Amino acid sequence: MVGIVGYGTQIPRYRIRVEDIASVWGADAPSYKRGLNLNEKSVPGPDEDTATLSVNAARNALLRAGIDPQLIGAVYVGSESHPYAVKPTGTIVSEALGACPRVHTADLEFACKAGTEGLFIALHEVQSGVITHALAIGADTSQGAPGDALEYSAAAGAAAFIVGSEDLIAELLTTDVYMTDTADFWRREHTPYPEHGGRFTGVPAYFRHVTGAAKAIMDRAEMAPEDFDYCIFHQPNGKFPVQVARKLGFTEEQWAPGLLSPTLGNTYSGSSPMGLAATLDVANPGAHILLVSYGSGAGSDAFIFRTTERLSDVRDRAPHTRTQLDEYRVHIPYGTYAKFRRKILKAE
Amino acid sequence: MQVPRFWREIPRYYRLEAAACVQCDAIHFPPRKICPSCGANAFETVRLSGRGALTTFTIIRTPPSGFTDQAPYAVGIVELDEGVRLMAQITDCDVDTLKTGDRMIAKFRRIREEGRTGVIMYGYKFVPDVGV
Ligand SMILES: [Zn+2]
Repeated sequence: MVGIVGYGTQIPRYRIRVEDIASVWGADAPSYKRGLNLNEKSVPGPDEDTATLSVNAARNALLRAGIDPQLIGAVYVGSESHPYAVKPTGTIVSEALGACPRVHTADLEFACKAGTEGLFIALHEVQSGVITHALAIGADTSQGAPGDALEYSAAAGAAAFIVGSEDLIAELLTTDVYMTDTADFWRREHTPYPEHGGRFTGVPAYFRHVTGAAKAIMDRAEMAPEDFDYCIFHQPNGKFPVQVARKLGFTEEQWAPGLLSPTLGNTYSGSSPMGLAATLDVANPGAHILLVSYGSGAGSDAFIFRTTERLSDVRDRAPHTRTQLDEYRVHIPYGTYAKFRRKILKAE
Repeated sequence: MQVPRFWREIPRYYRLEAAACVQCDAIHFPPRKICPSCGANAFETVRLSGRGALTTFTIIRTPPSGFTDQAPYAVGIVELDEGVRLMAQITDCDVDTLKTGDRMIAKFRRIREEGRTGVIMYGYKFVPDVGV
């Protein structure tokens, strides 16, 4: 049996409210708050990036796993905001954790799906028996163009999962995928901000792929929505994951523990993985969890986990995700946000 | 070009690796060649916890180049629970309410970068340890 032996998250301390972005651009805050169920989003500090969030999340995962970092045979970092265009994030993370030098690493990119891609590879690689432990991270410090709809949701955060085959806190039951070539969101080389297909991002992109992957994996596992205790769907805003969950036949009790986007925003590659972490923070042993990611371009990875008795022994060894989200926050005005995100620069 | 100098410091900056004297157990950070406590020259590599208390600090309001967009920021000395003292930037804090005795935890952060195109240097900074 393969599964998760430790998990951890890191959320930056800073937040900006939707009203404070809307007032700068003369936009209608209620349409974002009610229309997209977004209230505020996380903002990385000027000394944070995908590498730092990844390391700090992975350190929390190691606290829960309680393993020697030298046992980690592979490190996968999924992100669309790697600090370098050329030079792996995975080397920085592996070195900081003490996993070097006999560790295979790869940086992954697939819009918001890169985090679960790493998890998918890590689980199947450990299952193959080539290595005993692997680390999969989804992390981002994404940016939307000033005034663009994405600016209200593009947030920062990371989730890390240590995968193994012994001392599991959640066993993997099965995986599935649903992927097509659909250009709903993209960023060309050397351009700072992404572009997107507007309304096209909804039905043919997010809903089609998330629904496709969820149905495929439930068919494969011969399970129905009522067989699950929890579900997590990718969270580009606070509205899409609720709509898709409802449409598939899930209830609020199942999605509420993992739904972070209304006060976190969209952490891209970290989004559904952080929802999984928040769910593991509260799940009882024997709980069935459905996780479905989504990445523009476009595709979804789906996973079914079942939690074990060990989960309740390790969950308090590191900060809970909801505690990081609700208790460690300072609201900043748009000017500070623009400075932190280097939208404006001081003359040296 | 600071790359080679920085590269040599990775064990210390990334992992808080210190030298523990095999004869008297004293922990030295940065590592030493000869133990100042007992004169022994054999050490074991240990990783510091990164948890401790702020013993003293100063607020930088006129920073050197490369740090101007971070002002005001705090630099302090943290005494770790192992008894080792180290100096670092205190980040994610309100400089007006920071006080000695505050519990601190080391986090992995960007330390500096060589302009917009050069290498990014990472290492430890401290943040107030409020259980998150
Ligand atoms: Zn000694």
